[in-house]
Amino acid sequence: MTSAWRMVVGAFGLVALAIGFLSVVFLTAPAAPGPDLARSKNSAKGLYALSIAPEAGEPRQGDLHAWVVTVKTRQGAPVEGAEIAIGGGMPEHAHGLPTSPEATAYLGDGRYRIEGMKFSMTGWWQLKFGITAPAGADEATFNLVL
Amino acid sequence: MVRGLLTKLIAAATITAALAGCSDADFSDAEKRTIVSMSLAALAPLPPDPTNRFADDPGAAALGATLFFDTGMSRDGNVACGTCHKIDRQFQDDLPRGIGVAETNRRTMPLAGVARDPFFFWDGRRDSLWSQALVPLENVLEHAGTRTAYAHYLKRRFGERYERIFQPLPELSMLPASAGPFGTPAEKAAWAGMSDAERKGVDRIFSDIGKAIAAFERSLVHGKTRLDRFADALAQGRSPSAEDDLSAEERHGLKLFIGKANCSTCHTGPRFTDNHFHNTGVPPVAGLPADRGRIAVVDEVLADPFNCAGKFRDGGEEACGELRFVQKSSPELVRAYKTPSLRNVAGRPPYMHAGQFATLEQVVSHYATAPKSVEGESEIHAVALSDGERAALVAFLKTLSE
Repeated sequence: MTSAWRMVVGAFGLVALAIGFLSVVFLTAPAAPGPDLARSKNSAKGLYALSIAPEAGEPRQGDLHAWVVTVKTRQGAPVEGAEIAIGGGMPEHAHGLPTSPEATAYLGDGRYRIEGMKFSMTGWWQLKFGITAPAGADEATFNLVL
Repeated sequence: MVRGLLTKLIAAATITAALAGCSDADFSDAEKRTIVSMSLAALAPLPPDPTNRFADDPGAAALGATLFFDTGMSRDGNVACGTCHKIDRQFQDDLPRGIGVAETNRRTMPLAGVARDPFFFWDGRRDSLWSQALVPLENVLEHAGTRTAYAHYLKRRFGERYERIFQPLPELSMLPASAGPFGTPAEKAAWAGMSDAERKGVDRIFSDIGKAIAAFERSLVHGKTRLDRFADALAQGRSPSAEDDLSAEERHGLKLFIGKANCSTCHTGPRFTDNHFHNTGVPPVAGLPADRGRIAVVDEVLADPFNCAGKFRDGGEEACGELRFVQKSSPELVRAYKTPSLRNVAGRPPYMHAGQFATLEQVVSHYATAPKSVEGESEIHAVALSDGERAALVAFLKTLSE
């Protein structure tokens, strides 16, 4: 075998090796870690402990549905008479919620019904709750993946 | 020895590279689930419409079909719903903008599956199928008729059928031949001159016309396509038959559609729509009146006397969630238009809300390049798509034809 031929085989081998290595890396790379999907958390300034749950089973894409948000103090006392502002959207698509959900009823024990929720797309959604009550104004952001 | 090792390494690398290349043609489990979710088999049954108690009444649907195709339902006797919503053309008209009495400002939408929409028209300016049907009847560019003229016509031509389905018709003989809240100044004045009870009686008949037409339109459904049969085979874990199988190019297009090209973010589910409104930077048509999309009609749908909150709704107000919680003021509503279904899309150019693009290639190119919107922000981000990838997307879209 001439040295030129060896060089060609060697070069081809190196390129093939590189492609193979990159393919293995690409195929076995772990998916990016998802957002924090906890449905109970403390508000940003720590004034309240919030938990959220869909009122009737996990929501399906496109269905108008309701959530229940439970607002308690950090000590666990239910917060009554809170004003709740609801916002959010899809961070990856730079748009807000497709509807204007509202807190429509106080259900007792710090629980509020949020009506008019809708997730028009699959993917990562954020729900932001602004809570205004005697202890002060604070907010909490929840992540959901549909 | 060295040569032998080198040969083995080359062989191993080549096989690995080939396997990686194969992933383009096959679908991951997640992709398979997405594809199965796009099949007509995944479509839930059509929900009832409690706001229209005649929605599933066969007599009302039959009267609605008659009215849909009746050119008598127009000012000049030449325009029916079916004039633009052509029965043999997917209930659309192949024109950039529909032509009723005159040319309108919007592309005629196909009607299969329309009863599943929460809002109607490209901008969602009505909140029920039956209230939608009333708008073209009075639009001066479409049917251009008036409310009392429709009431007189209905009583004269279809009075007995109407009374059998709906209710006894009131005495109409003392009412103006042509009066309504739109129309000419004289017609508007005549409408204003009627008593509240007379107007309400005419509005009741008018809303029933919409409810009959809606009952008919609920029967318009999509048929199975090659993609559906392909997806159903995937769902059942069997190989599609030769004629239902997708070619390598179509599979590539499907993979792009649900992957890199981000089409299925909005064109999702069995109807290929999220039933929502988006600014995608589609350019306006020169010469048409200013068109701001959804933001311009939020007040209109909220004020519509025939909306879900109004007195012509049947059933309880719990059916009115879409209207009650409608997005009212978000900047995203500027030049936002409905995500249209893509079923049968290859058979109905031109595309977009005012027929801006003549071919699917132009549509794909628009979404790949993502130009800025003339007003508001486009939600679309540019995607680098090669000529081959664009062609593959178009090839895939053609599998959505019945």
